[in-house]
Amino acid sequence: MRFIPHTDDDIAAMLATIGVARLDDLLEHVPKGLRDRAAIALPPGQTEAEVAADLTGLAAGNRAVSDGLASFLGGGYYRHFVPAAVRAITSRAEFVTSYTPYQAEASQGTTQAIFEFQTMIAQLTGLEVANASMYDGASAAAEAVLMAHRVQPKRTVVAISRALWPDYRATIRTYLSALKNFDLVEAPFDPATGATDPAALAPYANDRLLCAVVGYPNAFGVIEPLGQIAAAVKQAGGITISATAEPLALGLLKSPGALGVDIAVGEGQSFGMPLQFGGPGVGFFAARMAQVRQMPGRLIGQTRDNRGNRAFCLTLATREQHIRRERATSNICTNHSLCALAATAYLTLMGRRGLRELAARNVELASQARARLRAAGISPRFNGKFFNEFAITVADPARALARAEAAGVLAGIPLARDYPELADSILVTVTETNSLAEIARLADSLAGVG
Amino acid sequence: MAVAKKTVSETPAKDILDSTRGADTVALIFEESAPGRRGVDAPGGAASEARAIELLGADLCRADIDGFPEVSEPQALRHFLRLSQLNFGQALQFYPLGSCTMKYNPPLNDEMASLPGFASLHPAAPIHLAQGALELMARLEAALAAITGMDAVSLAPAAGAHGELAGLLMIRAWERKRGGVRRKVIIPDTAHGTNPASCTLAGFEVVVAKSHRRGYLEANEIRRLADDETAALMVTNPNTMGIFEPEIEEIAAALHERGALLYLDGANMNALLGVAKPGDMGADIVHINLHKTFSTPHGGGGPGAGPVAVKAHLEPFLPMPRLARRADGMLDFAADRPDSIGRLRAYHGNFGMLVRAYSYILAMGGDGLADASRIAILNAAYARKRLASRYPSASAEPAMHECVLTHDLEARTDVSTLDIAKRLLDYGFHPPTIYFPLVVHGALMIEPTETESRQTLDDFIAAMEKIYDEAIAEPERVKTAPHNLKLGRVDEVAAARRPHLRWRPEDPKSD
Repeated sequence: MRFIPHTDDDIAAMLATIGVARLDDLLEHVPKGLRDRAAIALPPGQTEAEVAADLTGLAAGNRAVSDGLASFLGGGYYRHFVPAAVRAITSRAEFVTSYTPYQAEASQGTTQAIFEFQTMIAQLTGLEVANASMYDGASAAAEAVLMAHRVQPKRTVVAISRALWPDYRATIRTYLSALKNFDLVEAPFDPATGATDPAALAPYANDRLLCAVVGYPNAFGVIEPLGQIAAAVKQAGGITISATAEPLALGLLKSPGALGVDIAVGEGQSFGMPLQFGGPGVGFFAARMAQVRQMPGRLIGQTRDNRGNRAFCLTLATREQHIRRERATSNICTNHSLCALAATAYLTLMGRRGLRELAARNVELASQARARLRAAGISPRFNGKFFNEFAITVADPARALARAEAAGVLAGIPLARDYPELADSILVTVTETNSLAEIARLADSLAGVG
Repeated sequence: MAVAKKTVSETPAKDILDSTRGADTVALIFEESAPGRRGVDAPGGAASEARAIELLGADLCRADIDGFPEVSEPQALRHFLRLSQLNFGQALQFYPLGSCTMKYNPPLNDEMASLPGFASLHPAAPIHLAQGALELMARLEAALAAITGMDAVSLAPAAGAHGELAGLLMIRAWERKRGGVRRKVIIPDTAHGTNPASCTLAGFEVVVAKSHRRGYLEANEIRRLADDETAALMVTNPNTMGIFEPEIEEIAAALHERGALLYLDGANMNALLGVAKPGDMGADIVHINLHKTFSTPHGGGGPGAGPVAVKAHLEPFLPMPRLARRADGMLDFAADRPDSIGRLRAYHGNFGMLVRAYSYILAMGGDGLADASRIAILNAAYARKRLASRYPSASAEPAMHECVLTHDLEARTDVSTLDIAKRLLDYGFHPPTIYFPLVVHGALMIEPTETESRQTLDDFIAAMEKIYDEAIAEPERVKTAPHNLKLGRVDEVAAARRPHLRWRPEDPKSD
């Protein structure tokens, strides 16, 4: 087997050193009944070429943008151009094949890159401190609610915007399902604008309100009145959590921190990670320094070595499971470090100007697409300001999507499954990867279905 | 998983911002910035910016991102490549980090994950356009079921601890369905920290079971602790002492008799391939770390994947989404799963990791996987035997794929386990996991994995022996290690005392 270096002579010599005759003698202490049934009913190992052929065949069983389809799919996962330098960086074996930087002296590449990641996430969210990463945006949102509860343990009401991504809402529900003292309520969205109505929070704006969780932009691409929501929540003494699935928006929109948000979480996949059928991406998590000891996950801090050199290491680990065990702030151990590195490399390349211009380009193209669709007789579902996706109304979404697909266009995601009240709506997403010609094809393929 | 228990000596309080930058270390990217530099030429440029602000209105937009980097593409590349050179990685160094299974990561697996049909597939693509991806997931589920001896598998969890949460929530859901939720989960004192932390998250109280002094769990202890409020035992097998739990079948029977379940933490699955199946041990639930046993890269701390496998009675409770074959033969995600614990994350799982693990399983085959565990066990037994005179084993029991060693240097010359670990870096080896399991004072937990050669082990053993002898003859040399790296001993105490967790423009520049 090509991954195992041992020759028969090696094995014999090692067994002799240990003082046994056969490999299976090393397993004598495992109950025989278990060993007798342990054979794995899988085919024998394959050559590298055979494995490659098998997997290439499976990959060919998918049809993706690489096959010439024009895609307007988003819904929490976004196709953006990834500069080649990102892959050149994230494929370095020193990054790829290391683990959690327990030994700081042998991990300065990882620790410094994560320190830079923490800094960039803090800058983007307008908050003071960010952690080293979470699994994804949805689990980060759930962990944010748990953190809010550590900060305000006596409060119970968790108000979740109905316009927050359905997967995020479902994940929060799962994470809270086993815990007492949570009372989940849903804040409706305005059927005209598609934005969460700050007034709808009024019934919960009292001393029982633990937190409000709002998408920014939300599940319809609409830019929430985050400042008004945060002000209402703050007045009640609660905590505002924003969840951003399309973080490119933060390159142009006012930061959650500047609008009064206390905890900003989100999905970082847009920053240099391919779609990969939905994972891995990377969750980000930012908060205020006063609450840092209630944060989940790893943190990297700056320090010095014994020669006075600047150095970086894991810190405030007394919050974490390996020290605090059942009293830890979270059970998270392995996070999404390599994806955080991809985001760090991507954001470095985009930089102060590029990120803003790219975000603007997305807004501009999405707006053009909406106008083209409108000209083709397709009405937008909402009139709120939007970032790079928007909902449209058609008579029969399934038929409309099938017709577009026949014309080589994946026109969007039907909203009916998660929003019965939007059974006539499709979410259309436009990024810089969509050309003007593709946008024209989108409009042509849907013309008349409204 | 691993633990770095703090034993760094207290240093006088000093301002951590007041540091120099060694000639071989790397400036922060923010310090390399200059206004006007860029690393991409964004489509649309300034014209788009003006148009977008007009569309959204200036009051929705930020003026700037204060302090964000401004560097050219070559600068960015050099910055990160130079950073990479400050890391140890399994591909370059022996990395026997116990409990983490730092085995070889075949490059083919990364290449397969980047095939356009996988890498550019959108998770909301119409299901008939994603049959290849779903087929891969179905095959991986089946392979993991065959390997673990379980009936059904969910690939949704993103990491081992995420799988633990899924498993514990399933126990809860199963009990609720039976008419009442029990409060307690028993966890041995040798367990990883994620186990008790996951219990808390799943609303359970932790009851700690004491291991026998020889390092394993006794069925009698479980019988003594288990009562009508016991929901489950959560146990890693082989445990964190590297010992196969000899009474596991009896323990499973005792739990089941009490109406409790056996949760097997599969963190150490690399010892069990073709050796013993969790399903045969009586496990009701097992989670598997694809980034350990199935060779997906550790990435400096993830992403991994933590599939959870169950026996048939728990299948209805598996997390969403759940693969199902439709009547027309097409694979789809099941819509109606009323007993499911629900979602743990957005979309379907860490698919890129699933491709890599499946690629690995195909390459190894059933026979190759069985060889892997046997050679992993051989390597650990060999290291243990050869190191025994200076670093005796913490238990006399035979071990599996890893061994936990101790030493007498602390008493003899005040050289700690941490000092040994740091000195190993000077010899070009990543240290083992240290100070874990917590039940062993000054533990060194060594997991060589099957992909390391006898020569590498011999070199490592020679370094360990040399360090022992140095610690006797020249203790200061060991206590002040590392000496040969670009950085000296990092002061972790100072980092925690005054947390500085991000760069700010006003920070003094190190140079």
